[in-house]
Amino acid sequence: MTATDTRHDQPPVAPVRVPVRTSGSELRAIKIVLERELVRFFSDRLRMATALVQPFLFLFVLGSGLSRLTSQSTGNLNLRTFLYPGVLGMAVMFTAMFSAASVVWDREFGFLREMLVAPVRRSSIVIGKCLGGAVVASFQGVVVIAIAGLVGVPYDPDLVFAVFGIQLLLAFTLTAFGLMVAARIKQMQAFMALTQMLVLPLYFLSGAMFPASNLPTWLTVLNRIDPLTYAVDPLRRLVFDHLDLTAAVRHRLDPGVSWMGWHVPTLLELAVVAGIGLAMLGAAILQFNRGD
Amino acid sequence: MSGIPAVQTIGLRKSFGDFQAVRGIDLTIEAGETFGFLGPNGAGKSTTINMLCTLVAPSAGRALVAGYDVVRERDDVRRNLGLVFQDPTLDGYLSAERNLRLHADLYGIPRAGLDARMRQMLEMVGLWDRRGGKVSTFSGGMKRRLEIARGLLHSPRVLFLDEPTVGLDPQTRSSIWSYIRQLKEAEDSTIFLTTHYMDEAEYCDRIAIMDHGDIIALGTPEELKASVGKDTVVIQTADDDAAIRELDERFSLSAKVSEGAVRFSVEAGERFVPQLFASLPIPIRSVSVARPTLDDVFMSYTGRTIRDAESTSTDRGRDQMMRMRGIRR
Repeated sequence: MTATDTRHDQPPVAPVRVPVRTSGSELRAIKIVLERELVRFFSDRLRMATALVQPFLFLFVLGSGLSRLTSQSTGNLNLRTFLYPGVLGMAVMFTAMFSAASVVWDREFGFLREMLVAPVRRSSIVIGKCLGGAVVASFQGVVVIAIAGLVGVPYDPDLVFAVFGIQLLLAFTLTAFGLMVAARIKQMQAFMALTQMLVLPLYFLSGAMFPASNLPTWLTVLNRIDPLTYAVDPLRRLVFDHLDLTAAVRHRLDPGVSWMGWHVPTLLELAVVAGIGLAMLGAAILQFNRGD
Repeated sequence: MSGIPAVQTIGLRKSFGDFQAVRGIDLTIEAGETFGFLGPNGAGKSTTINMLCTLVAPSAGRALVAGYDVVRERDDVRRNLGLVFQDPTLDGYLSAERNLRLHADLYGIPRAGLDARMRQMLEMVGLWDRRGGKVSTFSGGMKRRLEIARGLLHSPRVLFLDEPTVGLDPQTRSSIWSYIRQLKEAEDSTIFLTTHYMDEAEYCDRIAIMDHGDIIALGTPEELKASVGKDTVVIQTADDDAAIRELDERFSLSAKVSEGAVRFSVEAGERFVPQLFASLPIPIRSVSVARPTLDDVFMSYTGRTIRDAESTSTDRGRDQMMRMRGIRR
């Protein structure tokens, strides 16, 4: 019996017809693009290992090293605890940018074309990519949440859920940012160089490593236009709410964000992050639609 | 779909800056045809396919695929076409089966009957046993076969194959041609392919020869060969220039040196050769007479062989390829 014989013995399989596009088929496309991001992340052991190790590096190596210089200015608060919200933000940021890089990767290795000729909206592909990247990045966030106890942040369910929610939002916005940057870039090296140029300033300006008060004016202005500021600040406030701190220390280390002297409430901060994320997602979709 | 041409172009044109890649082509391909696009690299074949597949917007003119406009009814065009590109577009991280499943999800293929359909396609290209293997571990030929299976999964009305056999060994090339013929019988699809292998063009119902962005000849392989009419005689001589001069003076034949030999076309080549030996004062080292091939057709329309066209236009062609790639990706 050869393979050819069995083939001819089978009843002929009817040709399929591709149905007209519906919102259901768009959802199916979004889902598979999202799933593919997850499969790729979880099958890449090296990336997984990096995701697990990096937060420790920042918290314990950088945090412990710097704390020798700064123990006075942080009151009695361990610098690692102070840095914790910022490290969470950074971990999410690096992972989100890496996820967005998969578009450039797909373009370089040709797979993007398979998606671009499919009878689905470009927006479905971009949304799927963005959600997939956000889920992967928030996995990184979960790793950081899991080690909270090691730096003296309590595992209060309220805190854990709120932090998870904020970092998910942040992951979404950063992935959208990454996709917007990646939309027209054709080579991985170019994307890497560009993100290096963008990511570090965004991070340093956000106040993730220092309290954003009493800064020189130019730095204050740049800090206020950095979207990351509006995610790091609520994270820090949430964490500090669950710590036992004196009012003075609290005031010095967690001054909050103000616009022209007006204190920006947490919900507005989160709305800013979400709004910027949606705007960037829209820009990324436009770029892909205009494409080629 | 009877009556609706599978592909129709009207003055289809594409320029990149001031370079004209496709210079206004008119073409009608009937449903069920196997249509070949033949020409050297950089002739505009891939650009034409990219316009028909909605990946590149035409600069002017119109194109319809399965009756739908490639600009205004992009989604309907995409539903009805299958594509196998020159460069692989598989996800190497996923298994063969998962690549097909992903394709089914992107195309919204109904889940009922999908498993049977996938099995049929994978069996046809001989990859059913390797369905669980990661695609990055596949050889070039296996990848191309998988791409063909994927391109056919949604029973496209028109299957575009852009250089489907380039870079493959002869055995894989011939098996790929056997899938293409099986498909044609089973599903009554139209096949539109580009190639720069002359022998492959012979499998097509009709051929368009493309050069410098224009269609310079169009017809069945037999018609095109008949249009050349004459036999091709290739001689190697002690002095090619003198031989060309003598051929012109004594027989008014215009000969050219190509690929290191003197070539010319003449009617009834076998009967001409003895005459040649009798009257040419230059020693002839070898002689061959051939019935016209598509290469001769190309030669008679362009004055050069496909290989010459590719080697002389290498720099220009490479430049073009880079540009097209830049746009396409």
